[in-house]
Amino acid sequence: MVIKVGLGQIKPALGDVKRNLETHLKVIEQAAAANVDLLVFPELSLTGYYLQDLVPEVALDPENSDVLQQLIDLSHRTNVDLVVGFVEVAADYRFFNSAAYLSQGRLVHIHRKIYLPTYGMFDESRYLAAGEVLRAFDTRFGRMGILICEDLWHPSTLYLMAHDGAHVLIAVSASPGRGLRRPDQLGSAYAWESINRSAAQSYMLYVVYVNRVGFEDGAMFSGGSELVDPFGRCLVKAKTFDEDLCFGEIDALEVRRARTLYPLLRDERLDLTLRELQRIYARRHQLE
Amino acid sequence: MVQDPDTPVEKFNPALATESITRFIRDEVTKVGFTRGVVGVSGGIDSAVVAFLTARALGAENTYCISLPYKKHDPSARADAEAIAHALGAPFQTVDIAPMVDAYFAHFPEADHIRRGNVMARMRMIVLYDLSRVHRALVIGTSNKTEALIGYTTLWGDMAAALWPIGDIYKTEVRILARFLGVPERIISKPPTAGLWEGQTDEGELGMSYEEIDAILVELVDKRIPKDVLPERGFDREKVERVYEMMRASQFKRRMPLLPKVSTRSINHDFKYKRDWGR
Repeated sequence: MVIKVGLGQIKPALGDVKRNLETHLKVIEQAAAANVDLLVFPELSLTGYYLQDLVPEVALDPENSDVLQQLIDLSHRTNVDLVVGFVEVAADYRFFNSAAYLSQGRLVHIHRKIYLPTYGMFDESRYLAAGEVLRAFDTRFGRMGILICEDLWHPSTLYLMAHDGAHVLIAVSASPGRGLRRPDQLGSAYAWESINRSAAQSYMLYVVYVNRVGFEDGAMFSGGSELVDPFGRCLVKAKTFDEDLCFGEIDALEVRRARTLYPLLRDERLDLTLRELQRIYARRHQLE
Repeated sequence: MVQDPDTPVEKFNPALATESITRFIRDEVTKVGFTRGVVGVSGGIDSAVVAFLTARALGAENTYCISLPYKKHDPSARADAEAIAHALGAPFQTVDIAPMVDAYFAHFPEADHIRRGNVMARMRMIVLYDLSRVHRALVIGTSNKTEALIGYTTLWGDMAAALWPIGDIYKTEVRILARFLGVPERIISKPPTAGLWEGQTDEGELGMSYEEIDAILVELVDKRIPKDVLPERGFDREKVERVYEMMRASQFKRRMPLLPKVSTRSINHDFKYKRDWGR
């Protein structure tokens, strides 16, 4: 099966869900016109990133949200599967940095960001609760996994997604560009390319990386969204700094071919990993 | 690694800096409903670079270059300021602040050069903010990372601005940026001066070159090397202490005024919203 993916590299407004929804609707129409099967928006695409005290104000309850319902309905009407980023309020009033997979009028999966960066220029744990579940999930286009930004800087998340069966890793981010000491590109852009290529070729899966653009109080979200194939090759690269909508193809046979040529997942010693992790865990927490 | 702070300043990429900063200016100016900027152009390298960057971001016709000389000081500064605006094809205006400053100090003839320098910097702020209203423009600041970190600035004077385009760029990097942008060599190579009194130079007053200061700041700020370790790495202990102390003592200039936290939610304490709220 070959599917067409769209990388919706948008510039969300900070804390203005209504305006951001309009942006989503516009891009979805464009993607639908281009016969896209799966359209991915960046981290917190409906809200913007540096929300701070706006978190409770912009949070959506997936069980009862007009905004999400509009997008769910649109996934049905346009036949485009969608990944959107938002602040999720849980029944117990914890707030999560979440991304939802919507398909054919259904909410298929929500990933709650697990690793909330709270250092340097980041302060997420002050405002948000960390997700506690990491699962791949089935879509009509095969099994996928969603990770959000900092999640990808913890290789264990990639490992678990791959071994939970994901063929496509949807990686959404709101990554501020920085680092002016490389000849060709921002230091942060270089770091992301390394991570995406390494993830793809270590686990023989597609990486659909979608980063946002625009500024929030001088933090410069730098775009550079990309589609990387299971051999670690970049197939599509979105613009740096500018809004963009670009398309690429995901071919299930390429995953099969990569995993046939490099049967690394087959050879993985889950039992060994588990055993050693249990030992390390016990030692780290002084349970022995 | 996102940023490799061990990479030397020579690797500073001015093209990437220009791209990032011009986009920053354009984005942060236009999303608050403006299209123009005013830049106080002194004839020095910092304001020249900011004028060039603003012109790239907003168009030269939208970059109001304002020369604010105090008449007796450095007559070449005024000509250099005009040369910058001319090179850009940007609107240029001169406002001599001497009558305003002199009128004020007629009341305080005994005032020393620090007071006079501060009043000049704040008078320039008054004029720039007033003209920003006239031109429906934002004040684009010219503070660089070096002077902001060591506090070599006047609070509510030259620090007052809507944006600091080179606020994360060290002075030594500003020079690289200036060459890339095509700032006239004369302006790049003349000794930096705050223009606070006749014959004043930054490096003379600070007792260190900007190369020395920046090298120490990179260790302390970017690389987070403890200051006590720097002498082992070949830095002069006395200079390290001096830079660290300047940075510590000037922290108040980089923060908003303090207010007592007595209620549930208090500005600057736990009422947290970005300036770009809703933008």
